[in-house]
Amino acid sequence: MSAPATPLATERPPIWNDPFWRGLASQILLAGVVALLVIEATINARDNMHARGIPTDLSFWNMPAGFDINQSFVSYSALSPYGRAFVVGLLNTLFVAIVGVFFATIVGFAVGAARLSKSWLLARLATMYVEVIRNIPLLLQLLFWYNAVLKPLPGPRQSVDLFGAAFLNNRGLFVPEPVARAGFDYVLIAFAIGILGSLVFSFFARHRQTETGAQWPVFRVSLALVLGLPILVYFLTGRPLDFAAPQLRGFNFVGGIRLSPELVALLLSLILYTASFIAEIVRAGIQSVPRGQAEASLALGLRPGPVRRLVIMPQAMRVIIPPLTNQYLNLTKNSSLAVFIGYPDLVQIFAGTVLNQTGAAVQVIFITMAVYLVISLATSTVMNLYARHTAIRER
Amino acid sequence: MKRSLALIAFVGAACLSAPSFAATVDQVKSRGYLVCGSNPGLPGFGLPDDKGNWTGFDIDFCRAVAATIFNDPNKVRFVPLTAKDRFTALQSGEIDVLARNTTWTQSREVAQGFLFPAITYYDGQGFMVRKKLGVNSATELDGASICVQQGTTTELNLADFFRTHNKKYEPVVFATADEAIKAYDSGRCDSFTTDGSQLVSERLKLGTPDDHIILPEVISKEPLGPTVRQGDDQWFNLVRWTAFAMLDAEELGVTQKNADEQAKGTNPEVRRLLGAEGNYGSNLGLTQDWALRIIKNVGNYGEVFDRNLGEGSRLKLKRGLNALYTKGGIQYAPPIR
Repeated sequence: MSAPATPLATERPPIWNDPFWRGLASQILLAGVVALLVIEATINARDNMHARGIPTDLSFWNMPAGFDINQSFVSYSALSPYGRAFVVGLLNTLFVAIVGVFFATIVGFAVGAARLSKSWLLARLATMYVEVIRNIPLLLQLLFWYNAVLKPLPGPRQSVDLFGAAFLNNRGLFVPEPVARAGFDYVLIAFAIGILGSLVFSFFARHRQTETGAQWPVFRVSLALVLGLPILVYFLTGRPLDFAAPQLRGFNFVGGIRLSPELVALLLSLILYTASFIAEIVRAGIQSVPRGQAEASLALGLRPGPVRRLVIMPQAMRVIIPPLTNQYLNLTKNSSLAVFIGYPDLVQIFAGTVLNQTGAAVQVIFITMAVYLVISLATSTVMNLYARHTAIRER
Repeated sequence: MKRSLALIAFVGAACLSAPSFAATVDQVKSRGYLVCGSNPGLPGFGLPDDKGNWTGFDIDFCRAVAATIFNDPNKVRFVPLTAKDRFTALQSGEIDVLARNTTWTQSREVAQGFLFPAITYYDGQGFMVRKKLGVNSATELDGASICVQQGTTTELNLADFFRTHNKKYEPVVFATADEAIKAYDSGRCDSFTTDGSQLVSERLKLGTPDDHIILPEVISKEPLGPTVRQGDDQWFNLVRWTAFAMLDAEELGVTQKNADEQAKGTNPEVRRLLGAEGNYGSNLGLTQDWALRIIKNVGNYGEVFDRNLGEGSRLKLKRGLNALYTKGGIQYAPPIR
């Protein structure tokens, strides 16, 4: 007996009941409402501001700023336009973010590893550090470093003399500035060759290890190439690098490189605070690797160093990377607390003085928010690429 | 932090709220009190005591505006604002009037949507240094670190001054005057710069005020006065004539004590000021005794000056430019007629 073929597959529901069309329609509707709201808000804001005589465009961008900034990585004076002041603030923010992320990572990994140390004292010290630092608000720590630690330093005329080369006073830390003479280019070239050479060498070393199992001393050879080669060239070319020592002249030191108390306080607080969170992330990551992994590796005859480097850490990194990215983003955004101690970051210069002098509150705030968004998205992208690199590859 | 939230709220509000231009005076009346942006802590100009009572020269101006509307100088709420945040607060409508030693400049009035109804204090920027530094003139400050408050004309004048004299300096910029003066006190800066009257006031906050001197140079013009939003002429007039009434009262010898008596007198100028003749109050949308309310509740310009800044205060500032034009100063109010 044969049943008649069911016409289920061919019979289409009416269009208002079709899940595909229904889904599409509701999404178009939602997108339309959102777009309408955005357009309406923009027009409304523009009209409101216009009616009150508040600037609505970016014409201030090329006007002379008229104020000075005490830390700048690009040439800047009071005659520079507001746009230039924006760049100065942006670079100052990026500088703090990059240096902060770099050192917070080092301190965080060190403390995280120390918490798992077999040394009772080291592990307790690391725990104390984490518990104290991460439970005190960042702003308080920032003000602590700025007021309680840095301000009692002596004035410029009573500076703490560090071996006659560097000076520490309440205007900051002054260190000699390296000044390159002709011929220093060769040292830089040697440095580049060293890096390239060590990469090539480690590539061949790995290739050889997979082929024959024999190991080359990659670390020592790389060190010799990256550091030894430029130092050798430096002496061969007659040491083409001078150091301009800071000199006390009038009120302040002149020459040399200066790290202002504001910068030092901001970096210290950001690094120590973020490192305490990174330490916990690292500890959790390492502990997430099953004990059996280490035991198996040791049983295979691997020494503890390679066990950590080749077995534990690659697996721990998968757990560490996503929350680590969050900490990097936090550090970058927290750097805007600079405004409380007078470090000229993006918020202080642009969302502070520029906003105030131009009255363009809406434009300036939107640009500032967009900048932090772009920095955060860029950081996330890089970290996600790295996460993909460390992810388990299904074979 | 709270301020940045307010800023974001303002940006949001600017985007979402419908244009509303209800007359400020009606809003104030229906609210029942005036909202006045004030200095968070500048002795002589605006400072709350331990019980939350505000006193000061700018504070008394706000009280005068409240007095003329409500006949009660206490129907005013003060919103302490930093120099940096004050304009956003006024733009957003968070405050009705800003009385916070604010300098009248061209760009603030022409390009940023504000109006300055009157000049209540003629000031100029100066420098404070430690005595032991041995500096006697601002031109000797080459290479110095100078603490300054953000979002002020001061910050710009400072750059101008050193550019004009072709000298170097390091600006150390803080969001509030309090942070700036603390940094100066701790030795972070060689000098602290702001308006002259504020220098005198801030010096009193320092550990030992006598260790610091104010240099003789006055490097700028700082006409300070109340600030309002553009687009409400009635409110602008009300604030402007509050200031003028106080000056006219001083010129005519009308004081807090004798105001009632003077109103019964025969001098036509006094009678017009105090509402005994004409209807100058109703033209402003106020009562007939609008100026009498100010004088009786707050006092005339001279009384307010002496009480907060002059001989009756800790600051002991001289009237100087702020004396009436009849006494060698430049304070001069148009007549009420």
